[in-house]
Amino acid sequence: MKKTRLVVVAAAVGGILTALVGCSPSGGGGGGGGGSVEHATNCTNKLVVKSAPTVTVWAWYPNMAKVVDNYNNAHKDVQVCWRNAGAGGPEYDKFQTAVSANKGAPDVVMLEADHLTNFEIQNALVDISKYGANKVKGNFSAGAWKDVSSGSAVYAAPIDGGPLAMIYRTDVFKKYGITTPPKTWAEYAADAAKVKAAGGPAFGDLGGNVPALMMALEIQKGAQPFVYDYSAKPKDITIKLDDQASKDVLNYWGDLSKKGLVGKQDQFTTDYISGVVNGKYATYISAAWAPGYLTGAGVGKGTDKGKFATAPLPQWDAANPVSVNWGGSALAVTTQATDKALATKVALGLYADDASLADGWKTQTIFPLNQNVLKSPEFVNAKIDFFGGQTANKDVYVPAENAYKGFTYPPFTVYYYAQLQNQLTAINAGKIDGAGAATALQAQIIKYAKSQGFNVK
Amino acid sequence: MTSTTTAVGADRPAARPARATTRRNPSQRRAARRQALIGWTFILPFAIVFAVFLIAPLVYAFYLSLFTKGLATGTQFSFFGNYVQAFTDPSFLKGLWFVVRFVVVLVPVQMIVSLAAALVLDAITTRFARFARLTIFLPYAVPTVIGALMWGFLYSPIFGPTQQIASAIGVSAPVLLGPDTIFGSLVNVVTWQWAGYYMIIIYAALQGVDSTVYEAARIDGANAWQLAFRIKVPMVANSLVLILVFALIGTLQFFSEPQILRPIANGTITPDFTPNIYAYSVAFSYAQFNYASAISFALGFVVFLCVFVFLFATRKRGSVFA
Repeated sequence: MKKTRLVVVAAAVGGILTALVGCSPSGGGGGGGGGSVEHATNCTNKLVVKSAPTVTVWAWYPNMAKVVDNYNNAHKDVQVCWRNAGAGGPEYDKFQTAVSANKGAPDVVMLEADHLTNFEIQNALVDISKYGANKVKGNFSAGAWKDVSSGSAVYAAPIDGGPLAMIYRTDVFKKYGITTPPKTWAEYAADAAKVKAAGGPAFGDLGGNVPALMMALEIQKGAQPFVYDYSAKPKDITIKLDDQASKDVLNYWGDLSKKGLVGKQDQFTTDYISGVVNGKYATYISAAWAPGYLTGAGVGKGTDKGKFATAPLPQWDAANPVSVNWGGSALAVTTQATDKALATKVALGLYADDASLADGWKTQTIFPLNQNVLKSPEFVNAKIDFFGGQTANKDVYVPAENAYKGFTYPPFTVYYYAQLQNQLTAINAGKIDGAGAATALQAQIIKYAKSQGFNVK
Repeated sequence: MTSTTTAVGADRPAARPARATTRRNPSQRRAARRQALIGWTFILPFAIVFAVFLIAPLVYAFYLSLFTKGLATGTQFSFFGNYVQAFTDPSFLKGLWFVVRFVVVLVPVQMIVSLAAALVLDAITTRFARFARLTIFLPYAVPTVIGALMWGFLYSPIFGPTQQIASAIGVSAPVLLGPDTIFGSLVNVVTWQWAGYYMIIIYAALQGVDSTVYEAARIDGANAWQLAFRIKVPMVANSLVLILVFALIGTLQFFSEPQILRPIANGTITPDFTPNIYAYSVAFSYAQFNYASAISFALGFVVFLCVFVFLFATRKRGSVFA
C-alpha cells in the first residue's frame, strides 16, 4: 500500500514539475539570451527588422518608446527589444533578483550612476571598454565619464546627468526683499533667517529621503566618503563619513532644520509637491532634471507660471566653486547578455542619436551628458519655459556639468543611503545633531562593510 | 467554524472502521486500498500545489539560510551562523520588539471592538442590524493596499481632512505618521481593516448557539449583560481563540500597511521597521538572500513559539469554559 502511494505521489509531482519546467521558457522569458527571435513577443515596442538579432533593454526614460523606434529604424543589423521594468528602486529590485538567480536579466539595463558599483561587485556588469566604449569617451565631461568608470574599466554609457543648482521662487524672493540669489551657504542661511523673521515660508527643505543629495552636498565641502576601485582592489575600501567636512555640512542643515528655517518634509511626495506649488519653500536645492520632474508633477502651471528661476548652487568658498551632481543615469551591459559586443553597441548608441537627444532635452525628460548636445547653440541658448524664459542651460547647468569632477560610490549604496536617511530623519526629529549623526554613520557603515568581507581602511 | 468541526468529526468514524477492516481478508484489503487511493486522488491537486508552492520554497529558503554571502566574499556554508547573527542583530530585534508590542496593544483592541460589535448585532434584530453588519464588514473587503493608501491620505498633515479640521479650529494639524504617533495610527488602520472580519466570525458562532440556552438563562432571571458575558462570551470562546491566533500570526508578520505608508511617513518607517520589512529590504535592496532567508525563518520560529505558548495557555481556560 505504501508503495502505491509513493508511486502515485511521485508520478504526480513529476508530472507537475515537467509541466512547470515546460512552461518556463515562454512564461518566464524576462530576457536572458539576446539574439533569439522569441523575444519579439515580449517587447513593448515593434521590431522593424524582424530578421535581425535582438538586444533586450530595460529602461524607464519617459520618452523611451520614441528613442527605441529611432534606433530600430536606423539599424538593420540589430534591433532593440525594450521593456519598462519600473523606475529606479522597483527596477533595481528586479535586476537584483535576476542577478542573484543568475538568469532573467536583460542584455542592457538602465542604472543610475550611484548604483553601478553595487552591481559591478556582483559581477553583473560587463567592462565595455573591451568592446570599444572608449571611442565615445570624448563625448562626455570628465566627471560624467568617471561616474561610469572604475579605473580603466567602463561599466556603462552615460546618458543623463544631474548637476546641482538652486531653483527658487522669484515671487517669494521679491516679497521678502532678496534681490540677488545667495552665492554662498552663509548667505543662504542669512537669507533664510531674514525670510523667517519677516514671517515668510521655509527657505528650503531637509528631506530625509534624499540621502544622495546630502552626500553630494558633503562632497561639495571637500568630503570624500568612499575610496574604492573595483577593477584594481575589489576588497579594499576606505570609509570616511565623519570627517570635518561631512560634520560641518550635516551640522549646517541640522541647524537650519532645528531653527525651523527649512522644512523637514520628505521629497517626491504629494505633501512636498503641494508645498512647492503653494510657495511653502523659497528654494529647492536640486539637479538639472528637476524642472522636468516638477513640470510633470504639475508645478509652475496656471498662476504659478514663470515664478521659478534657477541660480548656481551656493558655495562654501565663492572663490573656489565646486560643482556636484545628484542622480543621472546610464545604460550598462549585463554579464547575462549572450552577445556582449552587440549589447555594447546598443548601450552606446541607443540614446545617442541627435533626434532622441533633442527630444529628450526639449521635453525635459533628461539633462543630456552628450557634449554634442551640451555644445550645440540650440541647447545652450534655449529659453526654458519653466524658468520664465531664463537661459538656464547657459547660465547655470552647462557650466555646472562641465565643472563636475565625478564621485566615487561605494559597492553598497543602497545600504549606505538607508542609514544616512535614518540619520537625517533623526536630525529632523531633533534626536541627534549633525556631528553625532556623522559619527554614528561611520560606525554603522564600517561594521556593515566588515560583515560583507571588505578590508576597511 | 461550527460546520468545519462537524465535517472533521464526521470524517473520523468513517476512517477508523476502514483501517480496522484491513486486518480481515485479502478482498477487503484490496477494497480498502482502492478506497485509500481514491482518497489520495481527491487531495492530490491540493497536495501538489502545497508541495510545489509551499514546501519546496520553504525547504529551499532553509537551505539558503545555511549559507553566508558577503559582497566581497564568495558563498560559504555557515551552518546556523545567520541565525546567531539574526538574534543578535539590533535591527531584527528592534523590529521584533515593535511587532510584539503591537500584538500586545492591537489584539485586545481588535478583540474588544469585534466582540462588542458582534454582541450588539446579535442582540438587535432590526433591519438596521443587517446594514450595520455589512458596514462593519466592508473595510475587510477593501484591499489592504487601497486601505493603507486611503489612510495615508486621511493622515496627511498638509492636504488631508485632519488638516482641514485642525485649521478650522485654528490649531496646526497633528503629524499622525511621526515617530511618536505611528504606533497608534497603525493600530487604527489594522483595527479598521480586520475588526469587521473577526466580528463576522464571532457573530456566526453566536448564531450557532442554541436559543434554548438563552431561554433557560432568562427563566433563571439573567439580564442582558449577564446573558452576554456569562452565556454568550463563554459559548464563543473557541472562536475567540481562533481569531486571536489569526491576529497573532498576522500581526507578527506585519508588512503591507507600513510598507505602503513608508514613502509618505517622512522616514518614520525604516527599512527595519518590522521583521518582515527587514527581510524584504535585506533580500531585495541589500542583495543578501541568504541572510534574508534566515531572518524569515527566525521570524517563523518566533511566530510558532508565540502561537504554541498561546494555545497551551488557552487550552486550559477553554476546558474551564466547556
